Amino acid sequence: MRAEAIEAMLPFLDGLYANPSGSHRFARRARQAVDEARDRVAAVVGCHPNEVVFTGCGTESDNTAILGAVSRLGGVAVCPAVEHHAVLHAVERTGGRTVAVDRFGRVDLDALASTLDDLSGDDRPGVAIVSVMAVNNEVGTVTDLAEVARIVRRHAPAALVHTDAVQAASWLDLREITPHVDLLSLSAHKFGGPKGVGVLVERGGPRVDPLIIGGGQERERRSGTHNTGGIVAASIALELTDLERPTENVRLAELRDRLVKGLQSHVDGVHETIPVEHKVAGSGHVCVEGIESEALLFLLDEAGVCASAASACASGAMEPSHVLAAMGVDRSLALGSLRLSLGHTTTADDVDRAVDVLGPAIRRLRAGVGG
Amino acid sequence: MKVMCAMSGGVDSSVAALLLQRAGHDVVGVTMKLWGGDSDTGCCSVSDVDDARRVAQQLGIDHLVFNFGDDFDAHVVEPYIDAHTRGITPNPCIECNRSVKFARLAERADLLGFDAVATGHHANIGTTPDGRLTLERGTDPAKDQSYVVHMLDQARLARTMFPVGSLHKSRVRELAAEIDLRTADKPDSQDVCFITSTGGRTAFLGDRIPFRPASVVDTAGEQLGAVESVELVTVGQRKGLGLPGGGPKRYVVDVDTAAGVVTVGSDDDLLRQDLSVGAVTWVDEPVEGEVLVQCSAHGEPRPAMIATGRPSDGTSDGTSGDLAVGWQTPQRRVAPGQSVVFYDSGNERVLGGGICR
Repeated sequence: MRAEAIEAMLPFLDGLYANPSGSHRFARRARQAVDEARDRVAAVVGCHPNEVVFTGCGTESDNTAILGAVSRLGGVAVCPAVEHHAVLHAVERTGGRTVAVDRFGRVDLDALASTLDDLSGDDRPGVAIVSVMAVNNEVGTVTDLAEVARIVRRHAPAALVHTDAVQAASWLDLREITPHVDLLSLSAHKFGGPKGVGVLVERGGPRVDPLIIGGGQERERRSGTHNTGGIVAASIALELTDLERPTENVRLAELRDRLVKGLQSHVDGVHETIPVEHKVAGSGHVCVEGIESEALLFLLDEAGVCASAASACASGAMEPSHVLAAMGVDRSLALGSLRLSLGHTTTADDVDRAVDVLGPAIRRLRAGVGG
Repeated sequence: MKVMCAMSGGVDSSVAALLLQRAGHDVVGVTMKLWGGDSDTGCCSVSDVDDARRVAQQLGIDHLVFNFGDDFDAHVVEPYIDAHTRGITPNPCIECNRSVKFARLAERADLLGFDAVATGHHANIGTTPDGRLTLERGTDPAKDQSYVVHMLDQARLARTMFPVGSLHKSRVRELAAEIDLRTADKPDSQDVCFITSTGGRTAFLGDRIPFRPASVVDTAGEQLGAVESVELVTVGQRKGLGLPGGGPKRYVVDVDTAAGVVTVGSDDDLLRQDLSVGAVTWVDEPVEGEVLVQCSAHGEPRPAMIATGRPSDGTSDGTSGDLAVGWQTPQRRVAPGQSVVFYDSGNERVLGGGICR
């Protein structure tokens, strides 16, 4: 977490512990803090503060958008096959459809159009919502949401457009994304805020049914007592991220290239999954020939380098990546996938150390026992 | 030593990790994710993984989960399904030990610089005066699992440890209870991990293969009845054949899935003088002559002569490497696909084993 965010959070765990929904003076101060946090988030997202709903996490925001849209509008949900499971499983629950992607993981616009056509018309369920992520969480691909929105408006005019922008906040100017969508999800821990705080932007007022009902907090769009300190910290972290973004994007793209090129100069058969022009600065996803990432991660962990491969299932086991499978990456190559993510705390020393550890570890695994 | 302890989330492997740690080894616990479908402990047996992880946390050792789901499907589940379509009754736990636990996991451990893989099996590894390794029955006769690990050879035994093999099960539970391990009272697992107790084998296979009916005939060929699914019938089976009660006991003596015929007969009709064993592996050098032969996990070992070549009744398909087992006294026919394990005449050491043809 960003130090400024931690500092901003602490008073609300102590002296300002009051419930912002109360009516006494301490409650009013807590309420003011939540309102100001909402203003900060709105300024970065490029929306009206009344359009910002604080939730418990990015997954809740995604679930609310999709299940809430289907609940309110009827019909089904549609998304590309490479979405985060928070979207994918919600779409599956609505009986929705997934759409093919190209080899970089961008939604196939022709396939999207024909899917929307297929679901529209007489005797068809209709489309409540189309959800397309702004930046892919595994491989870092950026999707042009203006193009997506154009297709949806033409082929399913009644459908809402949602974007899971959880991975985008650090890398893209959200003000350029927001105008194209009806709903947008964020998660605070992806930009240096606390875990357990999410944001759902509902443009133009309530667009979907709430997922969590009860006390009517967040203008009845998300019930449950406010996580005051978390919300304040999230807003501070987002503001800082937005300020630093232009310089960080330059700095981290350089470090990312140093990492990937450094690795490629040490060992053969390391493929950068997505060309740099199609992805965000902090994403260094590679596929390594002739190794299994599960084994590589053990050696990296032993050497103090933290990385991941795909997403883990409930047991903690790494699952074969559904993103790489949808992109058409060969399964044997996908087994050697490695997500090297960079962020605001990453330094040149970190990158050099990762290269120093990765090279020998890959060579050792390829050499086999006794190698 | 650096030891990878395979932790299933049960009490035996929990205590195995504990004993390795007490012996001063550098221990890492690993739970394998093998099955992604339904099981008695939830999807991918998540609660078992939780138990293993919490035990590892309590011991203060690292715990990892390896996903060997593809290997498990390819080497255990698919062959299990395929075998049933051919009237063969495999032992999937043994195939898992052969192809996953003591192959895939052990090779990964080798690759990552571990000196040995330990499991919670009740079996022992000994050394002969001339330095050969022996695979011996577990010390608790009621829990002995040497039958299911019979495929281990000298090279693999050299890198394998069975820390609880020399303990009685009651002592294993005592050790777990002494330090309040959460698995101390966990019941022993009984069944195949990918078959639920609610649906059983019938539901599992029924979801994956079409069942075919078969007629039930006596040894003279006279039709006595019919069964709905020949794939679920096993040699030696007595119940569930839809035959009227009373009269002499009748057993399945043969299953012909291709022709759709189940032959039943008396206890005597089931007796055989020989059996043929394929895919034979040896713990050390190949053995011929007088041995004890065990044909199920807790079956009684019976004396027999083993020799390479075809048995007299022609049950061998002539595959090279087949072994003929000649019983000292006739024994009930063993279902094709079952593992047949050879022990020394002292009934202590595993010599080798294979699969009944």
